[in-house]
Amino acid sequence: MQILFFACAVFLIVLMLLTLYRAAFGPTILDRMMGANAVGSKTVVLLVLVGLIYERLDMFLDIALAYALLNFLAVLTASRYFQKRRGLSEEP
Amino acid sequence: MTWIAVFFLVTGLVFFTGGCVGILRLPDCYTRLHAAGKLDTLGGLMMVSGLALYSILPLTLESVLVGIKLMLIVVFIFLSSPTATHAMVDAGIRAGLEPWSKEKPEETS
Repeated sequence: MQILFFACAVFLIVLMLLTLYRAAFGPTILDRMMGANAVGSKTVVLLVLVGLIYERLDMFLDIALAYALLNFLAVLTASRYFQKRRGLSEEP
Repeated sequence: MTWIAVFFLVTGLVFFTGGCVGILRLPDCYTRLHAAGKLDTLGGLMMVSGLALYSILPLTLESVLVGIKLMLIVVFIFLSSPTATHAMVDAGIRAGLEPWSKEKPEETS
Protein backbone atom coordinates (compact mmCIF):
# COMPACT_ATOMS: atom_id res chain seq x y z
CA MET A 1 0.00 0.00 0.00
CA GLN A 2 2.92 2.35 0.67
CA ILE A 3 4.12 1.74 -2.90
CA LEU A 4 0.73 2.75 -4.29
CA PHE A 5 0.74 5.93 -2.20
CA PHE A 6 4.27 6.72 -3.39
CA ALA A 7 3.28 6.15 -7.04
CA CYS A 8 0.22 8.41 -6.62
CA ALA A 9 2.42 11.11 -5.06
CA VAL A 10 4.96 10.95 -7.92
CA PHE A 11 2.17 11.09 -10.52
CA LEU A 12 0.64 14.10 -8.77
CA ILE A 13 4.02 15.85 -8.77
CA VAL A 14 4.33 15.28 -12.54
CA LEU A 15 0.82 16.73 -13.03
CA MET A 16 1.76 19.72 -10.87
CA LEU A 17 4.84 20.37 -12.99
CA LEU A 18 2.69 20.27 -16.14
CA THR A 19 0.23 22.71 -14.57
CA LEU A 20 3.10 24.96 -13.51
CA TYR A 21 3.79 25.58 -17.20
CA ARG A 22 0.41 27.31 -17.47
CA ALA A 23 1.06 29.26 -14.29
CA ALA A 24 4.46 30.44 -15.53
CA PHE A 25 3.82 31.13 -19.23
CA GLY A 26 0.08 31.85 -19.23
CA PRO A 27 -1.03 34.54 -21.67
CA THR A 28 -3.17 36.44 -19.16
CA ILE A 29 -3.14 37.07 -15.42
CA LEU A 30 -6.27 34.94 -15.05
CA ASP A 31 -4.41 31.95 -16.48
CA ARG A 32 -1.65 32.39 -13.94
CA MET A 33 -4.17 32.58 -11.09
CA MET A 34 -5.90 29.46 -12.37
CA GLY A 35 -2.62 27.57 -12.60
CA ALA A 36 -1.68 28.55 -9.06
CA ASN A 37 -5.12 27.44 -7.84
CA ALA A 38 -4.84 24.07 -9.60
CA VAL A 39 -1.35 23.48 -8.14
CA GLY A 40 -2.70 24.36 -4.68
CA SER A 41 -5.65 21.99 -4.93
CA LYS A 42 -3.28 19.18 -5.93
CA THR A 43 -0.96 20.11 -3.04
CA VAL A 44 -3.75 19.45 -0.51
CA VAL A 45 -4.07 15.86 -1.74
CA LEU A 46 -0.27 15.52 -1.84
CA LEU A 47 0.05 16.61 1.80
CA VAL A 48 -2.44 13.94 2.90
CA LEU A 49 -0.51 11.36 0.86
CA VAL A 50 2.80 12.42 2.45
CA GLY A 51 1.18 12.09 5.87
CA LEU A 52 0.12 8.54 5.03
CA ILE A 53 3.60 7.66 3.72
CA TYR A 54 5.32 8.90 6.89
CA GLU A 55 2.45 7.56 9.10
CA ARG A 56 1.99 10.94 10.82
CA LEU A 57 -1.45 11.65 9.37
CA ASP A 58 -2.78 13.57 12.37
CA MET A 59 -0.05 16.20 11.98
CA PHE A 60 -0.20 16.55 8.20
CA LEU A 61 -3.99 16.85 8.18
CA ASP A 62 -3.90 20.21 9.93
CA ILE A 63 -1.30 21.45 7.43
CA ALA A 64 -3.50 20.30 4.54
CA LEU A 65 -6.59 22.01 5.97
CA ALA A 66 -4.69 25.27 6.54
CA TYR A 67 -3.25 25.06 3.02
CA ALA A 68 -6.72 24.62 1.49
CA LEU A 69 -7.98 27.64 3.43
CA LEU A 70 -4.97 29.74 2.38
CA ASN A 71 -5.36 28.76 -1.27
CA PHE A 72 -9.05 29.72 -1.28
CA LEU A 73 -8.41 33.07 0.40
CA ALA A 74 -5.53 33.90 -1.95
CA VAL A 75 -7.64 33.25 -5.05
CA LEU A 76 -10.60 35.27 -3.70
CA THR A 77 -8.40 38.23 -2.77
CA ALA A 78 -6.52 38.24 -6.07
CA SER A 79 -9.71 38.08 -8.13
CA ARG A 80 -11.32 40.90 -6.09
CA TYR A 81 -8.17 42.96 -6.69
CA PHE A 82 -7.87 42.30 -10.41
CA GLN A 83 -11.50 42.87 -11.34
CA LYS A 84 -11.07 46.61 -10.76
CA ARG A 85 -8.31 46.83 -13.36
CA ARG A 86 -8.87 47.07 -17.06
CA GLY A 87 -5.61 45.49 -18.16
CA LEU A 88 -6.44 41.97 -17.13
CA SER A 89 -6.56 40.58 -20.64
CA GLU A 90 -3.29 42.05 -21.88
CA GLU A 91 0.16 40.69 -21.35
CA PRO A 92 1.71 42.51 -18.38
CA MET B 1 -12.46 -1.60 2.10
CA THR B 2 -8.89 -1.33 0.82
CA TRP B 3 -9.94 -2.08 -2.74
CA ILE B 4 -12.65 0.59 -2.62
CA ALA B 5 -9.98 3.03 -1.44
CA VAL B 6 -7.68 2.01 -4.33
CA PHE B 7 -10.56 2.46 -6.78
CA PHE B 8 -11.26 5.96 -5.43
CA LEU B 9 -7.55 6.89 -5.62
CA VAL B 10 -7.15 5.75 -9.23
CA THR B 11 -10.39 7.47 -10.30
CA GLY B 12 -9.20 10.70 -8.70
CA LEU B 13 -5.90 10.44 -10.55
CA VAL B 14 -7.78 9.96 -13.84
CA PHE B 15 -9.81 13.12 -13.15
CA PHE B 16 -6.66 15.07 -12.26
CA THR B 17 -5.04 13.94 -15.53
CA GLY B 18 -8.06 15.11 -17.50
CA GLY B 19 -7.95 18.46 -15.75
CA CYS B 20 -4.25 18.84 -16.52
CA VAL B 21 -4.79 18.04 -20.23
CA GLY B 22 -7.66 20.54 -20.31
CA ILE B 23 -5.54 23.24 -18.68
CA LEU B 24 -2.72 22.70 -21.16
CA ARG B 25 -4.67 22.35 -24.41
CA LEU B 26 -7.92 24.35 -24.40
CA PRO B 27 -7.86 27.59 -26.38
CA ASP B 28 -9.23 30.21 -24.01
CA CYS B 29 -9.04 31.36 -20.43
CA TYR B 30 -12.71 30.57 -19.70
CA THR B 31 -12.57 27.10 -21.21
CA ARG B 32 -9.42 26.36 -19.23
CA LEU B 33 -11.18 27.54 -16.09
CA HIS B 34 -14.08 25.22 -16.91
CA ALA B 35 -11.76 22.20 -17.11
CA ALA B 36 -9.71 23.18 -14.06
CA GLY B 37 -12.67 23.95 -11.82
CA LYS B 38 -14.74 20.84 -12.43
CA LEU B 39 -12.06 18.20 -12.76
CA ASP B 40 -9.83 19.41 -9.93
CA THR B 41 -12.83 19.57 -7.61
CA LEU B 42 -13.96 16.03 -8.39
CA GLY B 43 -10.42 14.61 -8.37
CA GLY B 44 -9.53 16.11 -5.02
CA LEU B 45 -12.87 15.02 -3.56
CA MET B 46 -12.46 11.40 -4.70
CA MET B 47 -8.82 11.10 -3.66
CA VAL B 48 -9.32 12.55 -0.17
CA SER B 49 -12.45 10.45 0.45
CA GLY B 50 -10.59 7.32 -0.69
CA LEU B 51 -7.78 8.12 1.75
CA ALA B 52 -10.40 8.63 4.47
CA LEU B 53 -11.82 5.17 3.72
CA TYR B 54 -8.33 3.71 3.97
CA SER B 55 -7.32 5.52 7.16
CA ILE B 56 -10.33 4.48 9.30
CA LEU B 57 -9.51 0.82 8.67
CA PRO B 58 -8.44 -0.24 12.22
CA LEU B 59 -11.54 1.13 13.90
CA THR B 60 -10.18 2.98 16.94
CA LEU B 61 -11.07 6.40 18.31
CA GLU B 62 -8.00 8.10 16.84
CA SER B 63 -8.52 6.77 13.34
CA VAL B 64 -12.21 7.72 13.43
CA LEU B 65 -11.22 11.27 14.42
CA VAL B 66 -8.70 11.37 11.55
CA GLY B 67 -11.43 10.17 9.18
CA ILE B 68 -13.82 12.86 10.38
CA LYS B 69 -11.14 15.50 9.78
CA LEU B 70 -10.52 14.13 6.29
CA MET B 71 -14.24 14.37 5.57
CA LEU B 72 -14.08 18.00 6.76
CA ILE B 73 -11.38 18.59 4.13
CA VAL B 74 -13.70 16.99 1.54
CA VAL B 75 -16.57 19.31 2.52
CA PHE B 76 -14.26 22.32 2.43
CA ILE B 77 -12.93 21.45 -1.05
CA PHE B 78 -16.51 20.87 -2.22
CA LEU B 79 -17.51 24.34 -1.02
CA SER B 80 -14.41 26.38 -1.80
CA SER B 81 -13.20 25.21 -5.20
CA PRO B 82 -16.33 26.16 -7.21
CA THR B 83 -16.45 29.46 -5.33
CA ALA B 84 -12.86 30.22 -6.31
CA THR B 85 -13.58 29.33 -9.93
CA HIS B 86 -16.66 31.53 -9.95
CA ALA B 87 -14.66 34.42 -8.46
CA MET B 88 -12.04 34.10 -11.21
CA VAL B 89 -14.66 34.04 -14.00
CA ASP B 90 -16.41 37.01 -12.41
CA ALA B 91 -13.14 38.96 -12.34
CA GLY B 92 -12.55 38.14 -16.01
CA ILE B 93 -16.07 39.23 -17.07
CA ARG B 94 -15.95 42.47 -15.08
CA ALA B 95 -12.51 43.36 -16.42
CA GLY B 96 -13.79 42.97 -19.97
CA LEU B 97 -12.03 39.82 -21.12
CA GLU B 98 -13.71 38.58 -24.28
CA PRO B 99 -14.66 34.89 -24.54
CA TRP B 100 -13.11 32.83 -27.31
CA SER B 101 -15.20 32.29 -30.45
CA LYS B 102 -14.64 30.54 -33.73
CA GLU B 103 -14.44 33.70 -35.84
CA LYS B 104 -11.07 34.98 -36.83
CA PRO B 105 -9.73 37.49 -34.30
CA GLU B 106 -8.39 39.66 -37.16
CA GLU B 107 -11.92 40.69 -38.20
CA THR B 108 -12.70 42.30 -34.88
CA SER B 109 -9.44 44.16 -34.48
